[in-house]
Amino acid sequence: MELLANLSIGFDAAFTFINLLYCLIGVTLGTVVGVLPGLGPIATIAILLPVTFTLEPVSSLIMLSGIYYGAQYGGSTTAILINLPGEATSVATTLDGHAMAKQGRAGPALATAAIGSFFAGTVATFLLAAFAPPLAELALKFGPQEYFSLMVLGLVASIVLAHGSLLKAIGMILLGLVLGLIGTDVNSGMQRYTFELPELADGIGFVIVAMGMFGLGEIIRNLENETTRTSVVKGITGLMPTKEDLKRMAAPILRGTALGSILGILPGNGALLGSFTAYSVEKKISKTPERFGKGAIEGVAAPESANNAGAQTSFIPMLTLGIPSSPVMALMIGALIIQGIQPGPTVMTEQPALFWGIIVSMWIGNLFLVILNLPLIGIWVRMVSAPYHLLYPAILVFCGVGVYSINSSTFDVYLMALFGLLGYIFSKLECEPAPMLLGFILGPMMEEYLRRAMILSRGDATTFLTRPISASLLAMSVVAMAIVLLPAIRRTREVAFREDG
Amino acid sequence: MMTSVAARIQNPKDFWTGVIFMTIGGAAVILGREYPFGTAFKMGPGYFPTVLGALLALVGLITSLRGLLRSGTAIGAFAYREMILVLVATVLFGLLLRAAGLIVAVMLLVVVSAYASRYFRWGVAMALGVGMAAFCVLVFVKALGLPIPMFGPWFGQ
Repeated sequence: MELLANLSIGFDAAFTFINLLYCLIGVTLGTVVGVLPGLGPIATIAILLPVTFTLEPVSSLIMLSGIYYGAQYGGSTTAILINLPGEATSVATTLDGHAMAKQGRAGPALATAAIGSFFAGTVATFLLAAFAPPLAELALKFGPQEYFSLMVLGLVASIVLAHGSLLKAIGMILLGLVLGLIGTDVNSGMQRYTFELPELADGIGFVIVAMGMFGLGEIIRNLENETTRTSVVKGITGLMPTKEDLKRMAAPILRGTALGSILGILPGNGALLGSFTAYSVEKKISKTPERFGKGAIEGVAAPESANNAGAQTSFIPMLTLGIPSSPVMALMIGALIIQGIQPGPTVMTEQPALFWGIIVSMWIGNLFLVILNLPLIGIWVRMVSAPYHLLYPAILVFCGVGVYSINSSTFDVYLMALFGLLGYIFSKLECEPAPMLLGFILGPMMEEYLRRAMILSRGDATTFLTRPISASLLAMSVVAMAIVLLPAIRRTREVAFREDG
Repeated sequence: MMTSVAARIQNPKDFWTGVIFMTIGGAAVILGREYPFGTAFKMGPGYFPTVLGALLALVGLITSLRGLLRSGTAIGAFAYREMILVLVATVLFGLLLRAAGLIVAVMLLVVVSAYASRYFRWGVAMALGVGMAAFCVLVFVKALGLPIPMFGPWFGQ
């Protein structure tokens, strides 16, 4: 069994004291971030990225991915306790999770989320291990045409999944692509849009953009109407779900895991789509749909399993193709590049310990989340209502020191402030920053692949359509675009995202 | 003149988003004229940015036009005070980091930014500033060994 052999390489890599420690730090930090007000995984990973310079590649990736799925977990905790989704993926959980909490069943709701997430995480880890090698093999056949088309699909998917206006999402992507081109052109060595500033010759670091838009911009937005969050739940008594609960949650967990795993692979934050879809599927097939929204345990089990499964399988395009499907994955790629590893299909063959170590560490991380977080729930409850006015100055300090430490450049600190301003303005205009960040990261790569493809085809643009893989990727983009433009789907999409606000 | 245009904007959020897109897209095209465009076969450094900039400007134009025609809600009030304090605190941090050193820069960043909160208390903010400065020195300078001076030339070091 090659699968088992591969997993055992992973276990060897992940089961060292130091990597277990970083995994633990990652998931704990992630949970804290998910629970604390006003700090998301994107800003946190961006802040911690400079710290990972000094770590081994495996350790740093293990810690960063721990933050990512730990934050999902913390996000569901706040969704259940205070009706505020810590992450967008836990929006669906608020509906029934918080209803359960109000009925004094916060304990079982949290336990259901944990059990569902763990089960989904386990399945998704195996899926990742099973599907990554063939996908990486396929990717080795990719030429620049396929990579370009794949990025188009990724960008289209992030448009589809962005909140609100499609037109604005398209604009934000283009804006990101344009800003990503600032710096020296790799082909000609020409400096573009640098205004003759030497600090811009290497382009703008995506960490600066991420910290500015998701760190600073978010802080200003939160200060607009600063309120202290209060938890309706003061103490949690009785975590264990009843026998009846367990019976009810089993099938939704299975369905949620399946849906989440499939949708998670899609570029453009499929985990988000997974949790919404899983919730509506449960409601649709339930014999008692009227219970939904009033504390139905199925409404917690399904989306929670789906979002965790999706969070895990969203690593597949990143690890096998080197293509980020979401800003978080883009930061992971950044972390790899910093370590001198070029993400892509060759990582698996050239760095098997790293590749399989990360995959196995996800399963370990999920185990940590279950065995540590349920007993620690009392602490999370108290953290939920942590005073924001003490938190945000500290976040600013981490952003400032973090951004400075990357290049020892104060210019980067000013740039971060500029992107903070931009992020705030865009939030007032209801423009999503995530597609912009994705475009920003993909911009230079897309240009590179486009130019290479066009040289290979001697300027014939049909090359993207005559190669089967590239053509099917583009066809998928067109279908995805067409689907959201259909009036009926467009309306449900808008409704689905409105529940967020 | 201005008022008549302003009165026609049905959806200010869309309108101004479009203006930003048009400005940046237009700037990309105009500045990009200095870079060789090349052909589809051999694309020059100006090709991709010009195409993208033009597309961005076009999307901006459509967004703005839609903002004139379709009704929407007004842009919420900007929290100018909070925005300026947070941004000034950050820039101040950058200015002070090398000259005055990490300790002073962090303390000022904390106190100035904390002033933006409605729950601001001098004592609490100062204590937080001292705490964060100590934390940064211990973690970033001592433990991680980042090359940031604790005290800058202002203190004769």
